[in-house]
Amino acid sequence: MTKRAMEKKGVKIDVRNLNFYYGSFHALKNITFPVYERKITAIIGPSGCGKTTLLRCFNRMHDLYEGARYEGEAILYPEGINLIGKDVDPILVRMRIGMVFQKPNPFPKSIFENVAYGLKLRGVKDKKVLREKVEKALKDAALWDEVKDRLHENAYALSGGQQQRLCIARAIAPEPEVLLLDEPTSALDPISTAKIEELIEELKKKLTIVIVTHNMQQAARISDFTAFMYMGELVEFGPTEKLFTKPEKKLTEDYITGRFG
Amino acid sequence: MGGKGSLERAVKLRKLKSTFFLSLSFLTALYGLFWLFWILFDVFSKGLPNLSLELFIKDPAPPGEEGGGLRHAFIGHAIVTSLAVLIGVPVGIAAGVFFTEYGRFSKLAEFLRTVTDSLVSLPSIIVGTLVYALLVKPVGHFYGLSGSVALALLMLPVIAVTTAQMLKLVPDSLREAAYALGAYRWQVIKDVSLAAAKRGILTGVILGIARITGETAPLLFTSFNNFFTTFNPLEPMATLTVTIFIYATGPYEEWHAQAWAAALVLTLGTLAFFVLAKTLLRRG
Repeated sequence: MTKRAMEKKGVKIDVRNLNFYYGSFHALKNITFPVYERKITAIIGPSGCGKTTLLRCFNRMHDLYEGARYEGEAILYPEGINLIGKDVDPILVRMRIGMVFQKPNPFPKSIFENVAYGLKLRGVKDKKVLREKVEKALKDAALWDEVKDRLHENAYALSGGQQQRLCIARAIAPEPEVLLLDEPTSALDPISTAKIEELIEELKKKLTIVIVTHNMQQAARISDFTAFMYMGELVEFGPTEKLFTKPEKKLTEDYITGRFG
Repeated sequence: MGGKGSLERAVKLRKLKSTFFLSLSFLTALYGLFWLFWILFDVFSKGLPNLSLELFIKDPAPPGEEGGGLRHAFIGHAIVTSLAVLIGVPVGIAAGVFFTEYGRFSKLAEFLRTVTDSLVSLPSIIVGTLVYALLVKPVGHFYGLSGSVALALLMLPVIAVTTAQMLKLVPDSLREAAYALGAYRWQVIKDVSLAAAKRGILTGVILGIARITGETAPLLFTSFNNFFTTFNPLEPMATLTVTIFIYATGPYEEWHAQAWAAALVLTLGTLAFFVLAKTLLRRG
């Protein structure tokens, strides 16, 4: 086996020398690390370190705005396509990699229509199939019991925590291979946060998860691997337990022990 | 020491100032309302006695004769306005979508939006003469459709600007949510942006219609007038506003009476539109 083929074993996205620019601002510098399949990878670091910017590279969200430029590779397996490559259609990337945002952002539509939207975009028209898939996604998002009798009510009638679980249901309904979570609990109370953490650990059985979090306890609790970023650079990457107990870099230790950040 | 006393004096002075300016702004508001109610009162008191069924179902009688109505003007007004809406609304909404959605980062869209902004307050008589030069002169006679085009040009900037503003109010987080699910831009615009802004856009459309229902000047050069009922927009066509203008300045008592009645109907119609727009906006 070649080195590359061996390395890709168990790897879902292989990030290699990724650089990202907003206009002339060099936001991400030479990032290299693997995202392992069906594991939870947490990205931590102080505000402005580029963790959300990195996350948004994975589904090409930056393409929506002017002046964004990617360099390097983020190889998506099994095919081995470079998902930040210029020749790769961002729509196709987003069809495979779902995202949940920092603040719940349901559409001003019914609960059902919110979850069904991604399926409809993929051409699912059969009402029965839609109903089944929506139900399954809502069950997987641990929301079904709370909303099954009011699927046709407006999503804004739900509480913040419920809205965020609805957004998770909406993201997982089309069965993406990777789910990106951008500080999904930062706007929520502790009980809703606990529910969503539980849910994320459950989802790991089916898909690869990358989560950006401000909250180091959260990263320590739920993730298998952690990437620590500082000023646009990846300082350290490793198994979460090791990174939190025996960090290799002084900077990482200072951050996780709360000496700065 | 005089510290406490001077503080009290300062507060007293401030209260006095506040009362003065509050009264002043109340009076200026009253001043505006006074004229509005005067106009309404005048239109009601002179229009109401002349309102009759005949007004709506009969064509005008020969000048100087008793009876007759303004059926031709009601029908003409409805046709000219409807055609204007059919032309102006889709183009206006499309322009608004371009400004906020497709042209977000384009200098051209920015420029066009600024121009459109200034077109909102363009004097309507200028639009009338423009359409006269472009569509009436070459044809050789006045006709209803040219009036519709003039009115469409007047409502277009109102609708485009409102649409652009309402779309701007739709948070980007909603658009991103749809993009993240794999939507193309046109799907995001159709399913998310327009859907979220639809009530505001509808209000803009109604305001645009309200803007044109009372226009006279641009119609004088375009649809002009007709003393008979016609359904053909390629013929000269009477409208309520032009009819009011002609009847009010005409020499016959009967004409004046009918002009008052038509003015009342037009005022009530415009008022109804504004109330509808307000209600829609409040429900959103």
